[in-house]
Amino acid sequence: MKIINEMRLDFWSRPENEALARMVISAFIMPVNPTLEQLGDVKTAVSEAVTNAIVHGYREAKGLVRLRASLDEAGGLSVEIADKGRGIEDVDKARRPFFTTMEDSERSGMGFTVMESFMDQVEVISQLNSGTIVRMTKRLAPAPVLAREA
Amino acid sequence: MLDYEKRNGTVCVRLSGELDHRRAEAIRPELDGLIADPGVRRLVFDFAGLEFMDSSGIGMLIGRYKLMRSRGGSVAVMPGGRRVERLMELSGLYEIIEKLA
Repeated sequence: MKIINEMRLDFWSRPENEALARMVISAFIMPVNPTLEQLGDVKTAVSEAVTNAIVHGYREAKGLVRLRASLDEAGGLSVEIADKGRGIEDVDKARRPFFTTMEDSERSGMGFTVMESFMDQVEVISQLNSGTIVRMTKRLAPAPVLAREA
Repeated sequence: MLDYEKRNGTVCVRLSGELDHRRAEAIRPELDGLIADPGVRRLVFDFAGLEFMDSSGIGMLIGRYKLMRSRGGSVAVMPGGRRVERLMELSGLYEIIEKLA
């Protein structure tokens, strides 16, 4: 599928950047006219992945989070959130609803469940002490105008 | 600063804007200060003005639910928009937290 737009954003693992990531991904997908539902789904899924990177990946220490996204001519969104933090010991376990490694800190353990519910596909690649990559895809509205311009 | 009302043992907190990890961490101390008063038996969240919530909001709710329950109190939610409710339904929280009309 032909890619019609791509972006990359690196930011520090600071909590205020959760909102930054949501704004950036919203602006990025706007040209394909997503429905409000799709826009909300993508914003929420990205928010979950970025929060995981900040809270679990870096345990709120300073590190870089990378947000990458691309759109194809059929309105397919690919988005990737990567950190170089602690990594996840057991990805399958982490993806289980309500599983959390931080019982005392009021994490709901729902992050991956939300990502899986709101996106079409979610792939998690993680290695202990080297980081985590979350790749998600979602089919948005087709973008005939953009595709012609590209 | 939280927008709240305290009356007859009930604290009602109106949340607007976005409830993410950052915001949940920011409001927690004030929220817990409010309900630290043993006279508070019921905590009500008004989500009507809430534009965005992710699972950090769910975590915050579960935490307050545990706190209130540990002293025989209760938590209730006045539902927000479709987005917020979608997450609330997904979490199953309405099985333990009362949903007000």
